[in-house]
Amino acid sequence: MSAVFDVLSWVLLLAGSFFVFTGAVGLLRLPEFFTRIHSAGVTDTLGAGLMLAGMLLQAGSWTVAAKLILIFLFMMITGPTSTHALAKAALHGKLTPTTAGKEGVKS
Amino acid sequence: MNPPKRVYGTLAVLSVLWLALSGYFQALLISFGILSCVLVTWLGARMDRTDGEHHVGLVRPLATIRYLGWLTLEVIKSNLDVSRRILSPRLPISPTVVWVPASQKSEIGRVIFANSITLTPGTVSIDVQAGEIEVHALSKEGADALLEGEMNRRVRAIEWED
Amino acid sequence: MFIVASIAIVVTMVLVLVRALLGPTVYDRILAANSFGTKTVLIIAVYGFLTGRPDFLDIALVYALINFISVVAVLKFFEYGDLGVSTRKKTRQSEP
Repeated sequence: MSAVFDVLSWVLLLAGSFFVFTGAVGLLRLPEFFTRIHSAGVTDTLGAGLMLAGMLLQAGSWTVAAKLILIFLFMMITGPTSTHALAKAALHGKLTPTTAGKEGVKS
Repeated sequence: MNPPKRVYGTLAVLSVLWLALSGYFQALLISFGILSCVLVTWLGARMDRTDGEHHVGLVRPLATIRYLGWLTLEVIKSNLDVSRRILSPRLPISPTVVWVPASQKSEIGRVIFANSITLTPGTVSIDVQAGEIEVHALSKEGADALLEGEMNRRVRAIEWED
Repeated sequence: MFIVASIAIVVTMVLVLVRALLGPTVYDRILAANSFGTKTVLIIAVYGFLTGRPDFLDIALVYALINFISVVAVLKFFEYGDLGVSTRKKTRQSEP
């Protein structure tokens, strides 16, 4: 039984590492600020979530599990909030997003 | 002056949080915990008095849990999509800015909708106005999926109406 | 297995630091700093498990709080503190 948990948490941690890494690659590859925000989102949601889930399977005690869940909940609530604040500040700071099409854009 | 009901709620949440984080059950440490919970509740109540009470609205608990399950699936799907776009050598992105209608009545509903948009990778809410939200999307497909309005309807459904 | 995860996080942190150094705008740097903070939380947690001391999670929890508050504070500074960038009219709020 514990071997199953070990393998499962292995898989979750590796998958989490992959998504965290992908987010950083996107941060370097994407051409412009407003597109880079999206790749930071990959790190913050699935990358962090899978890693914390992998650690949760190895928690061993209730307080550790509660702390991991609290960290996860906190990240899921504050992550979008700071991302939105960042995007809005950039918009106010005269940074305009370049867009591929023209429809739907209202000034 | 009678304390408002929410003070007891704050005290209960803080106490549960203290127990969950510390895991101590000795009498001395628990009394310290109770002391700090009461102190924080008192400080919070004082802040509320100067800040003014502010009604932001409520959500249905069961519907919210169902919505969070749906949102988790959406987040995973769009994560895979965005990762594929980032890692593919041609970088197939088409950044788009759209105004998405937001039909939520309460403040909490609008906050949940804007946060859900941002939580889903590939779409970020960059400005929130009265009835609509300005969204920057990494790809045209993501913007179109949001304009279909399924997320808007689902968030509308979890709002508690008096 | 935690060693693999921590190596992956450290490599990622280096990549994010490169973006923070390259910029080009101040918002890119703040975004990189925010992302760096998220990874710091993760590596503190992973390091706690790696060394068998899950007490480190308390620090991770507090770091997550500080990270959020610091990003918002830095953003506020750049939105209102720098007159060369801000184009908003200053509105004075009434003090109670």
